[in-house]
Amino acid sequence: METAVRFDAVSRIFGDVRAVDSVTLDVHEGEFFAMLGPSGSGKTTCLRLIAGFERPTSGDVNIFGQNSTNIPPYRRPVNTVFQDYALFPHLNVQDNVAYGLKISGVGKAERHRAADEILEMVALGGHSKRKPSELSGGQRQRVALARALVNKPRVLLLDEPLGALDLKLREQMQSELKALQRQLGVTFVFVTHDQGEALSMADRVAVFNDGKIQQLDAPQVLYYKPQTAFVADFVGSSNVLPPDMVARLTGRSVQASLRPEAISLSDTGLEGVVAEHSFLGANTRLKVDVSRTQISVLLPKGAQIPNDGDHVNLSWDAADLHVMAGDNE
Amino acid sequence: MSEAVSLSGRASDTLWRRPRFLLALLLVPPVLWLGIVYLGSLFALLAQSFFSIDEFSGLINYELTLKTYKELFRPSNMDILLRTVAMASAVTVAAAIVAFPIAYYAARYAKGRWKAVFYLGVMLPLWSSYLVKVYSWKLILAKEGILNWLFETLHLSWLLQAYLSVPGIGGNSLSVSWTGTFLVFLYVWLPFMILPVQASLERVPATMLEASSDMGARPGQTFRYVLFPLALPGIVAGSIFTFSLTLGDYIIPQIVGTSARMIGQAVYQFQGTAGNIPLAAAFAVVPIVVMGVYLTISKRMGAFDAL
Repeated sequence: METAVRFDAVSRIFGDVRAVDSVTLDVHEGEFFAMLGPSGSGKTTCLRLIAGFERPTSGDVNIFGQNSTNIPPYRRPVNTVFQDYALFPHLNVQDNVAYGLKISGVGKAERHRAADEILEMVALGGHSKRKPSELSGGQRQRVALARALVNKPRVLLLDEPLGALDLKLREQMQSELKALQRQLGVTFVFVTHDQGEALSMADRVAVFNDGKIQQLDAPQVLYYKPQTAFVADFVGSSNVLPPDMVARLTGRSVQASLRPEAISLSDTGLEGVVAEHSFLGANTRLKVDVSRTQISVLLPKGAQIPNDGDHVNLSWDAADLHVMAGDNE
Repeated sequence: MSEAVSLSGRASDTLWRRPRFLLALLLVPPVLWLGIVYLGSLFALLAQSFFSIDEFSGLINYELTLKTYKELFRPSNMDILLRTVAMASAVTVAAAIVAFPIAYYAARYAKGRWKAVFYLGVMLPLWSSYLVKVYSWKLILAKEGILNWLFETLHLSWLLQAYLSVPGIGGNSLSVSWTGTFLVFLYVWLPFMILPVQASLERVPATMLEASSDMGARPGQTFRYVLFPLALPGIVAGSIFTFSLTLGDYIIPQIVGTSARMIGQAVYQFQGTAGNIPLAAAFAVVPIVVMGVYLTISKRMGAFDAL
């Protein structure tokens, strides 16, 4: 498998902010790669470094083995779907999509045919002559996608493309994007702050915080075996148990993560007091105070729900307590 | 609840219940001003252009005729029209070229204090008297002026002389040449071009230009296919100012430039010393027609598509 994008100790510094701090990563050709992190974590800057809108302060960005540090955006085999879509307001949908072909000198009839074909693929056939301002948010999103695909990029960059859509449309677009990626076999690099989105769509996920990669793994590994407290909390809303508590339980003074759904109420085990409970539909979430730590517990439908203030005992399968190797501050 | 409400309070309540009445109250004074005083007097002037003047008595003949318009096509009058339109076009094109980079910088890069410096720099010339500015330009452009001195100091007088010897645009010195008139027009109207262009560029998000570049467009292509079309409404708005202000001005060509007249001067002389109100009015119609034609063509060519 060829490497599509390689970051080699890449940093991007704005003033005294290290937006991207010595990041090294590989994106394999043909994979669906997600960059996940809170806002300001450096994920979008990484995407812009691949597109060429930013240049690294130090380090090298390689695209298909070519050092791209000095290559301008218009010579890179990558295309971008922008967060705000960035559709050209003076052009109709067809001309927006055909823009890349027009630039590369394709004749009018030919590029309009190609644009209509790709619009058909994103289920927007028949909207060719509309202006972007006449479309809904979801439709604009599809036009942006079609426009980015028309040049047949080797890597497609998506900057929070679903951020502005409502939940239902978002879920629909998630599965459509995933299907499209399989169908085209193009490498997708997808930036999002939504962990559910990253986990459900991506083959591999890089979790960013403070300009650094916290962990780069497949979704299941991130979820069940987080390496840092940040990943445990951000990716899976997992409980992070402090070293002194883990020491009492296992004898080792390290941080450990424990998934809320792995915990059950029983007669023996860790003692705590229920602080609050909230009904989530399929489950009920309990917040249980155990000494100075609050542990969240996800009870399945049909389980006995205690009242706030009740004393409960928490137990779990020993294998579910995951000791974190990453940071033990 | 039912305590006495003051008179002004009751007036506010009435207006709140009848928003259309409030709108009418606000609109009537300006509409009267625009409609009767401004447009009315303009039409009264234009009506004059359909009268004619009796060549022997010098009295106005109040019969509707197109005779006065025919006079516009006399070679000496035609020269005035063509000269003025050519000057207005040249000033407009030059203003757009000079204004664009300044407006682009202000819209894309200037932040905080530099933005204030930009506005101050563009507006400052508008605060001082128009006559002061024109006379100071006369001093700059005169034979004994700063520009001549600069060329001499740099031992480039030959270059200036060579330029001034070009027929049409040259002359005895810059201050009595068409180039001088052009430079002063350009300087005086430039702010009217910069501000609307800056406003239109301000509305172009940075991602729009990045998207174009991402799609493979070199900077020149991005300018041609994205930035320029999006800035065009601003450029057209600015050109309405520079074009019509140049078409109608009669002071600048009188102070700086050759003795050949422009439309504004012709209107001034025909309605004043010559007492030929109908011909003055016919001259005054020309800029209005030219602007109408110009805006129609701009619209046809899609200048307002990005609005």
